[in-house]
Amino acid sequence: MTSPQESAATAGPVTPARPAAASAIGRPTPDDRGPRDRRHYSLLARDRRFGYLLVAPATLVLLAITAYPLIYNIWNSFQRDVINSGIPPTFAGGENYKRIFTDNQFVPALAHTAGFTVVSVAVETVVGLALALALNRKFRGRGLVRAAIFIPWAVPTVVSAQLWKTMFDPQTGWVNYVLTSLHLPLANTTWLAEKWTAWGAILVADAWRNTPFMAIVLLAGLQVIPNDIYEAARIDGANAWRTFLRLTLPLLRPALMVALIFRTLSSFLIFDVVYAMTGGGPGTSTSVLSYLNWQAFFVYADYGYGGAISVALVVIALVIAAAYVRVFRSEQVL
Amino acid sequence: MTAATVAAARGRGRTAGHRVRPRKVAARVGFYILIVAFVVGSLFPFYWIVITSLKTPAELSAGTTSLLPGHVTFGSYSADLTQTSTTGLNFGRSLLNSAIVALSTTAITVVIAVLAGYALSRTRMRAKGPVLGFVLIAGFFPPLAMVGPLFLAYRHISLLNSYPALVITYLIYTLPLATWFLANFFSQLPRQLEEAAVVDGASRLQALRRVILPVAVPGIFTVAILSFILAWNDFAFAVSFMETPDKYTAPLAIIGLGQSQYQVFYNRIDAAVVMVTLPVALLVIFAQRRIISGLTAGALK
Repeated sequence: MTSPQESAATAGPVTPARPAAASAIGRPTPDDRGPRDRRHYSLLARDRRFGYLLVAPATLVLLAITAYPLIYNIWNSFQRDVINSGIPPTFAGGENYKRIFTDNQFVPALAHTAGFTVVSVAVETVVGLALALALNRKFRGRGLVRAAIFIPWAVPTVVSAQLWKTMFDPQTGWVNYVLTSLHLPLANTTWLAEKWTAWGAILVADAWRNTPFMAIVLLAGLQVIPNDIYEAARIDGANAWRTFLRLTLPLLRPALMVALIFRTLSSFLIFDVVYAMTGGGPGTSTSVLSYLNWQAFFVYADYGYGGAISVALVVIALVIAAAYVRVFRSEQVL
Repeated sequence: MTAATVAAARGRGRTAGHRVRPRKVAARVGFYILIVAFVVGSLFPFYWIVITSLKTPAELSAGTTSLLPGHVTFGSYSADLTQTSTTGLNFGRSLLNSAIVALSTTAITVVIAVLAGYALSRTRMRAKGPVLGFVLIAGFFPPLAMVGPLFLAYRHISLLNSYPALVITYLIYTLPLATWFLANFFSQLPRQLEEAAVVDGASRLQALRRVILPVAVPGIFTVAILSFILAWNDFAFAVSFMETPDKYTAPLAIIGLGQSQYQVFYNRIDAAVVMVTLPVALLVIFAQRRIISGLTAGALK
């Protein structure tokens, strides 16, 4: 592994007091090739110990804030445990799991979450791709436009939800004002008071903040596609649509996959927007999994029920993560 | 002068040489309409917020939809920063809370992730694969699935309503991304750097500090910016762990202001929205490329 020149260079200044110090960097030194003496093993052991020492803080912190809550939730999901009720926790068997699949909260919230994820990711991908393709062309002021469209992403999610809540306000908001002045339908809608209009408002708030992210990631992907490929396609007489389908899309695949999975996961875990805009209402018609999970803990104080929802949430997130890892492996982007 | 200008000049010459076709003109007009629509759609809500924040309460009661303030005043900003509401909410204090928590999270993330990233890229430890895998999976952990047990744990050790509760918890947003990014970053640096230092008698930690860190500044900078943004933007943990208004972070305070509408005018809320957005907006404008490469953990160069 080490080239002769390098080993000569490292062998030179090494004093007997610090034998083969260079091997501590994690690469075999000339010594490694000889008989496997004790010194080699101790150096390797030292290197490993050093490595474990350095990853220990990160690993321990992450274990404490992920594995501990997970185990606690699994344990609790088999308990009847309402905090502050004065009743000590008792073993509940599969009661909580039976409850989440039969009550009128979890399954509707799961359906809402899945539906929202599909629709929001689809909308944000299509619009984001159009935007990325537009920004990939050279025009005056492109840098400025690129910076401008990314600004909504700088607004904290919950604040963007609050902002859009004021935009959709029936009396003082801009949405109804514009619809009224243009004599368009829905001008008198009380957006957050009905299920489907409330979902529309949530979708707009979410897409406003996240489409720019999608567009900028896809733009980064578009910019690594070499120009001469397009030149060749043009000379071959391919039209724009064919070039897009046969060249751009396949070459954009890695970036598209990365963006899709990022957005799928964060869409699936949507919480802030629902909390700030609708509180899951009207009724529970815009309730989503993360919001229901939060309610279970902080409104119902039911840690058994909340634990079961948390476990379900983790399982779904891990399925998405597994898809992510597979994609990364097959695309070899890491 | 440069190759770029020459190419641009040549490009211009080519378009000028072509006969202008009506279909092409239409396509070009459509293209610009699309761009303008995107820019307006992205910026208009923000523009409206800025305008509203500059209006007087009297002007606001006449209607919120006018596009220019009649009389520009920064009264809402100074009121936000100085006045404390009857519930004990002071937005200046909330901004300070957010800054303390986000900066602490950033500092701790950088230290821990530099150590871990270095070990993952430069030592022969056996558990490299499992540790990287665990870090990646931790990055996918749903925040709302942790919040219940963490609430009980923090209550048990009296950390509720304190900065450390948020800082520790925010590491779930920042550490996985930072560790992955830095492990990738370090593995692209030449090994000869530390080898020379170690040969000169430095310990490995000294080599990391004196030789690797200076070279790794761009990567660390990216990680720091992202950590700050992720911590600054959180709402879910803040609303779960912070109980008294004097400990609210800025996003939490804005939702608090929004829910007590009978007292607070929109201009006050909107001034708060502008203030909470400004730091991140500046980062987004000046460090966009870093943010994107960091968020995708360097998967796209």
